[in-house]
Amino acid sequence: MFIRCGAALAAMTLLSGGALAESAKLTDPQIAHIAYTAGVIDIAAAKQAETKASNKDVKAFAADMVRDHEAVNKQALELVKKLNVKPEDNDTSKALSKQAADKLAELGKLNGAAFDKAYVANEVAYHKTVNSALETQLIPSASNAELKDLLKTGLKIFQGHEQHAEHVAAELK
Amino acid sequence: MQTGDLRPIVVALMLGATAVPAHAATIQIVMENLVVSPAAASAKVGDTIEWVNKDILAHTATARNGDFDVTIPPKQTATLVLKKAGDVAYYCRFHPNMKATLAIAP
Repeated sequence: MFIRCGAALAAMTLLSGGALAESAKLTDPQIAHIAYTAGVIDIAAAKQAETKASNKDVKAFAADMVRDHEAVNKQALELVKKLNVKPEDNDTSKALSKQAADKLAELGKLNGAAFDKAYVANEVAYHKTVNSALETQLIPSASNAELKDLLKTGLKIFQGHEQHAEHVAAELK
Repeated sequence: MQTGDLRPIVVALMLGATAVPAHAATIQIVMENLVVSPAAASAKVGDTIEWVNKDILAHTATARNGDFDVTIPPKQTATLVLKKAGDVAYYCRFHPNMKATLAIAP
Protein backbone atom coordinates (compact mmCIF):
# COMPACT_ATOMS: atom_id res chain seq x y z
CA MET A 1 0.00 0.00 0.00
CA PHE A 2 2.74 2.42 1.01
CA ILE A 3 4.86 1.32 -1.90
CA ARG A 4 1.94 1.80 -4.27
CA CYS A 5 1.10 5.27 -2.95
CA GLY A 6 4.76 6.16 -2.98
CA ALA A 7 5.05 5.19 -6.62
CA ALA A 8 1.91 7.10 -7.50
CA LEU A 9 3.16 10.15 -5.65
CA ALA A 10 6.55 9.95 -7.32
CA ALA A 11 4.90 9.86 -10.72
CA MET A 12 2.65 12.74 -9.76
CA THR A 13 5.58 14.80 -8.55
CA LEU A 14 7.40 14.18 -11.78
CA LEU A 15 4.38 14.98 -13.86
CA SER A 16 3.34 18.00 -11.87
CA GLY A 17 6.65 19.79 -11.94
CA GLY A 18 9.55 18.25 -10.08
CA ALA A 19 11.99 16.95 -12.66
CA LEU A 20 10.29 18.82 -15.44
CA ALA A 21 9.94 22.17 -13.75
CA GLU A 22 12.88 23.79 -15.50
CA SER A 23 11.75 22.67 -18.96
CA ALA A 24 8.58 24.73 -18.31
CA LYS A 25 6.38 22.83 -20.72
CA LEU A 26 6.25 19.34 -22.11
CA THR A 27 6.64 19.13 -25.86
CA ASP A 28 4.24 17.19 -28.07
CA PRO A 29 6.83 14.45 -28.81
CA GLN A 30 7.32 14.02 -25.04
CA ILE A 31 3.59 14.05 -24.33
CA ALA A 32 3.00 11.43 -27.01
CA HIS A 33 5.73 9.28 -25.49
CA ILE A 34 4.33 9.58 -21.95
CA ALA A 35 0.77 8.78 -23.05
CA TYR A 36 1.88 5.81 -25.12
CA THR A 37 4.12 4.52 -22.32
CA ALA A 38 1.27 4.80 -19.83
CA GLY A 39 -0.81 2.60 -22.13
CA VAL A 40 1.94 0.04 -22.62
CA ILE A 41 2.33 -0.21 -18.84
CA ASP A 42 -1.34 -0.93 -18.30
CA ILE A 43 -1.37 -3.52 -21.08
CA ALA A 44 1.58 -5.32 -19.48
CA ALA A 45 -0.15 -5.27 -16.09
CA ALA A 46 -3.37 -6.57 -17.66
CA LYS A 47 -1.57 -9.38 -19.47
CA GLN A 48 -0.03 -10.46 -16.20
CA ALA A 49 -3.50 -10.36 -14.63
CA GLU A 50 -5.04 -12.36 -17.45
CA THR A 51 -2.73 -15.25 -16.58
CA LYS A 52 -2.64 -14.81 -12.78
CA ALA A 53 -6.09 -13.58 -11.76
CA SER A 54 -8.57 -16.06 -10.35
CA ASN A 55 -11.71 -13.93 -10.02
CA LYS A 56 -13.72 -13.83 -13.25
CA ASP A 57 -14.55 -10.11 -12.95
CA VAL A 58 -10.87 -9.33 -12.50
CA LYS A 59 -10.00 -11.43 -15.55
CA ALA A 60 -12.72 -9.66 -17.58
CA PHE A 61 -11.47 -6.27 -16.38
CA ALA A 62 -7.93 -7.19 -17.44
CA ALA A 63 -9.21 -8.21 -20.89
CA ASP A 64 -11.03 -4.85 -21.12
CA MET A 65 -7.79 -3.03 -20.30
CA VAL A 66 -5.84 -4.86 -23.00
CA ARG A 67 -8.56 -4.23 -25.60
CA ASP A 68 -9.02 -0.53 -24.81
CA HIS A 69 -5.41 0.48 -24.25
CA GLU A 70 -4.33 -1.32 -27.41
CA ALA A 71 -7.05 0.52 -29.33
CA VAL A 72 -6.00 3.90 -27.91
CA ASN A 73 -2.31 3.25 -28.51
CA LYS A 74 -3.06 2.17 -32.08
CA GLN A 75 -4.75 5.54 -32.60
CA ALA A 76 -1.81 7.28 -30.98
CA LEU A 77 0.65 5.55 -33.32
CA GLU A 78 -1.45 6.45 -36.34
CA LEU A 79 -1.61 10.04 -35.19
CA VAL A 80 2.11 10.50 -34.56
CA LYS A 81 2.77 8.94 -37.98
CA LYS A 82 0.30 11.31 -39.62
CA LEU A 83 1.73 14.32 -37.79
CA ASN A 84 5.25 13.13 -38.45
CA VAL A 85 6.05 13.41 -34.77
CA LYS A 86 8.69 11.16 -33.29
CA PRO A 87 7.77 10.29 -29.68
CA GLU A 88 10.61 11.36 -27.46
CA ASP A 89 11.70 9.46 -24.37
CA ASN A 90 11.93 11.60 -21.25
CA ASP A 91 12.30 11.44 -17.48
CA THR A 92 8.58 11.04 -16.83
CA SER A 93 8.31 8.08 -19.22
CA LYS A 94 11.42 6.54 -17.69
CA ALA A 95 10.09 6.98 -14.14
CA LEU A 96 6.72 5.51 -15.12
CA SER A 97 8.37 2.48 -16.73
CA LYS A 98 10.65 1.89 -13.77
CA GLN A 99 7.77 2.01 -11.28
CA ALA A 100 5.71 -0.26 -13.50
CA ALA A 101 8.50 -2.83 -13.71
CA ASP A 102 8.79 -2.82 -9.91
CA LYS A 103 5.04 -3.19 -9.55
CA LEU A 104 4.94 -6.06 -12.04
CA ALA A 105 7.64 -7.87 -10.04
CA GLU A 106 5.82 -7.18 -6.76
CA LEU A 107 2.49 -8.45 -8.09
CA GLY A 108 4.26 -11.41 -9.67
CA LYS A 109 4.97 -12.74 -6.18
CA LEU A 110 1.30 -12.77 -5.23
CA ASN A 111 -1.28 -15.39 -6.05
CA GLY A 112 -5.01 -16.07 -5.86
CA ALA A 113 -7.23 -13.56 -4.11
CA ALA A 114 -4.22 -11.59 -2.84
CA PHE A 115 -3.10 -11.01 -6.43
CA ASP A 116 -6.60 -10.04 -7.56
CA LYS A 117 -6.94 -7.45 -4.81
CA ALA A 118 -3.49 -5.98 -5.30
CA TYR A 119 -3.87 -5.80 -9.09
CA VAL A 120 -7.24 -4.06 -8.94
CA ALA A 121 -6.12 -1.68 -6.18
CA ASN A 122 -3.12 -0.74 -8.29
CA GLU A 123 -5.36 -0.23 -11.33
CA VAL A 124 -7.46 2.23 -9.34
CA ALA A 125 -4.36 4.10 -8.14
CA TYR A 126 -2.64 3.98 -11.53
CA HIS A 127 -5.63 5.29 -13.48
CA LYS A 128 -6.09 8.04 -10.88
CA THR A 129 -2.46 9.10 -11.37
CA VAL A 130 -2.59 8.97 -15.16
CA ASN A 131 -5.96 10.72 -15.35
CA SER A 132 -4.78 13.48 -13.09
CA ALA A 133 -1.61 13.88 -15.17
CA LEU A 134 -3.68 14.00 -18.36
CA GLU A 135 -6.02 16.59 -16.92
CA THR A 136 -3.50 18.91 -15.31
CA GLN A 137 -0.34 18.39 -17.39
CA LEU A 138 -0.57 16.54 -20.66
CA ILE A 139 -3.79 17.96 -22.13
CA PRO A 140 -3.04 21.61 -21.21
CA SER A 141 0.54 21.26 -22.52
CA ALA A 142 -0.32 19.65 -25.85
CA SER A 143 0.06 22.09 -28.75
CA ASN A 144 -1.33 20.07 -31.62
CA ALA A 145 -5.14 20.07 -31.69
CA GLU A 146 -5.42 16.45 -32.84
CA LEU A 147 -3.07 15.26 -30.13
CA LYS A 148 -5.06 17.25 -27.57
CA ASP A 149 -8.28 15.66 -28.83
CA LEU A 150 -6.89 12.15 -28.61
CA LEU A 151 -5.67 12.83 -25.07
CA LYS A 152 -9.14 14.11 -24.15
CA THR A 153 -10.71 10.98 -25.62
CA GLY A 154 -8.18 8.93 -23.68
CA LEU A 155 -9.08 10.74 -20.48
CA LYS A 156 -12.78 9.91 -20.93
CA ILE A 157 -11.92 6.27 -21.55
CA PHE A 158 -9.51 6.05 -18.61
CA GLN A 159 -11.96 7.76 -16.25
CA GLY A 160 -14.33 4.95 -17.19
CA HIS A 161 -11.56 2.46 -16.37
CA GLU A 162 -10.97 4.10 -13.01
CA GLN A 163 -14.65 3.77 -12.10
CA HIS A 164 -14.75 0.23 -13.44
CA ALA A 165 -11.69 -0.67 -11.37
CA GLU A 166 -13.25 0.91 -8.28
CA HIS A 167 -16.39 -1.12 -8.87
CA VAL A 168 -14.43 -4.37 -9.24
CA ALA A 169 -12.40 -3.49 -6.12
CA ALA A 170 -15.60 -2.93 -4.12
CA GLU A 171 -16.97 -6.30 -5.29
CA LEU A 172 -13.82 -8.08 -4.11
CA LYS A 173 -14.23 -6.90 -0.53
CA MET B 1 -68.33 4.63 -64.98
CA GLN B 2 -66.76 7.15 -62.65
CA THR B 3 -67.10 4.93 -59.60
CA GLY B 4 -65.44 2.13 -61.57
CA ASP B 5 -62.47 4.40 -62.23
CA LEU B 6 -62.10 5.27 -58.57
CA ARG B 7 -62.11 1.71 -57.31
CA PRO B 8 -58.38 1.00 -57.80
CA ILE B 9 -57.54 4.23 -56.02
CA VAL B 10 -59.71 3.27 -53.07
CA VAL B 11 -58.05 -0.12 -52.94
CA ALA B 12 -54.63 1.51 -53.10
CA LEU B 13 -55.53 3.89 -50.28
CA MET B 14 -56.75 1.03 -48.13
CA LEU B 15 -53.57 -0.91 -48.75
CA GLY B 16 -51.57 2.17 -47.95
CA ALA B 17 -53.51 2.75 -44.78
CA THR B 18 -52.88 -0.76 -43.54
CA ALA B 19 -49.27 -0.87 -44.74
CA VAL B 20 -48.10 2.24 -42.89
CA PRO B 21 -48.62 1.09 -39.29
CA ALA B 22 -47.13 -2.31 -40.12
CA HIS B 23 -43.95 -0.74 -41.47
CA ALA B 24 -41.08 -1.28 -39.06
CA ALA B 25 -38.97 1.68 -38.03
CA THR B 26 -35.23 1.90 -37.59
CA ILE B 27 -34.15 3.56 -34.38
CA GLN B 28 -30.65 4.89 -34.21
CA ILE B 29 -28.76 4.95 -30.91
CA VAL B 30 -25.31 6.51 -30.80
CA MET B 31 -22.40 5.44 -28.61
CA GLU B 32 -19.85 8.21 -28.43
CA ASN B 33 -17.22 8.98 -25.81
CA LEU B 34 -18.59 6.09 -23.77
CA VAL B 35 -22.05 7.61 -23.59
CA VAL B 36 -25.21 6.00 -25.02
CA SER B 37 -27.71 8.45 -26.46
CA PRO B 38 -30.54 8.44 -26.16
CA ALA B 39 -30.10 6.62 -22.88
CA ALA B 40 -33.81 5.81 -22.92
CA ALA B 41 -35.35 4.83 -26.26
CA SER B 42 -38.78 3.53 -27.22
CA ALA B 43 -39.52 1.05 -29.99
CA LYS B 44 -41.95 -1.62 -31.09
CA VAL B 45 -41.57 -5.30 -31.75
CA GLY B 46 -40.38 -5.62 -35.37
CA ASP B 47 -38.42 -2.36 -35.26
CA THR B 48 -34.72 -2.37 -35.91
CA ILE B 49 -32.30 -0.87 -33.43
CA GLU B 50 -29.18 0.51 -35.03
CA TRP B 51 -26.31 1.13 -32.64
CA VAL B 52 -23.73 3.47 -34.09
CA ASN B 53 -20.37 3.21 -32.35
CA LYS B 54 -18.41 6.42 -32.97
CA ASP B 55 -15.67 5.46 -30.53
CA ILE B 56 -12.27 3.94 -31.26
CA LEU B 57 -13.20 1.17 -28.81
CA ALA B 58 -15.42 -1.86 -29.17
CA HIS B 59 -18.72 -1.70 -27.30
CA THR B 60 -21.55 -4.12 -26.64
CA ALA B 61 -25.26 -3.69 -26.11
CA THR B 62 -25.96 -6.42 -23.60
CA ALA B 63 -29.43 -6.92 -22.17
CA ARG B 64 -29.49 -7.54 -18.44
CA ASN B 65 -32.31 -10.04 -18.93
CA GLY B 66 -30.27 -11.96 -21.51
CA ASP B 67 -32.50 -11.05 -24.49
CA PHE B 68 -29.63 -9.78 -26.62
CA ASP B 69 -25.88 -9.31 -26.63
CA VAL B 70 -24.70 -7.30 -29.62
CA THR B 71 -21.06 -6.38 -30.20
CA ILE B 72 -20.40 -3.13 -32.03
CA PRO B 73 -16.79 -2.89 -33.29
CA PRO B 74 -15.01 0.48 -33.25
CA LYS B 75 -16.39 3.00 -35.76
CA GLN B 76 -19.06 0.56 -36.89
CA THR B 77 -22.79 0.01 -36.72
CA ALA B 78 -24.66 -3.07 -35.56
CA THR B 79 -28.36 -3.77 -35.84
CA LEU B 80 -30.90 -5.85 -34.01
CA VAL B 81 -34.52 -6.59 -34.91
CA LEU B 82 -36.67 -6.52 -31.78
CA LYS B 83 -38.62 -9.73 -31.25
CA LYS B 84 -40.02 -9.38 -27.74
CA ALA B 85 -41.87 -6.63 -25.92
CA GLY B 86 -40.82 -5.31 -22.55
CA ASP B 87 -38.62 -2.79 -20.79
CA VAL B 88 -35.05 -3.90 -21.26
CA ALA B 89 -32.06 -2.44 -19.45
CA TYR B 90 -28.81 -2.94 -21.30
CA TYR B 91 -25.17 -2.00 -20.84
CA CYS B 92 -21.74 -2.38 -22.39
CA ARG B 93 -19.92 -5.43 -21.04
CA PHE B 94 -16.56 -3.79 -21.73
CA HIS B 95 -17.53 -0.46 -20.15
CA PRO B 96 -20.14 -1.20 -17.50
CA ASN B 97 -20.68 2.51 -16.92
CA MET B 98 -22.45 2.69 -20.26
CA LYS B 99 -26.08 2.00 -19.41
CA ALA B 100 -29.33 2.52 -21.30
CA THR B 101 -32.89 1.27 -21.57
CA LEU B 102 -35.21 0.22 -24.35
CA ALA B 103 -38.98 0.34 -23.89
CA ILE B 104 -40.30 -2.16 -26.42
CA ALA B 105 -44.03 -2.01 -27.10
CA PRO B 106 -45.83 -5.09 -28.55
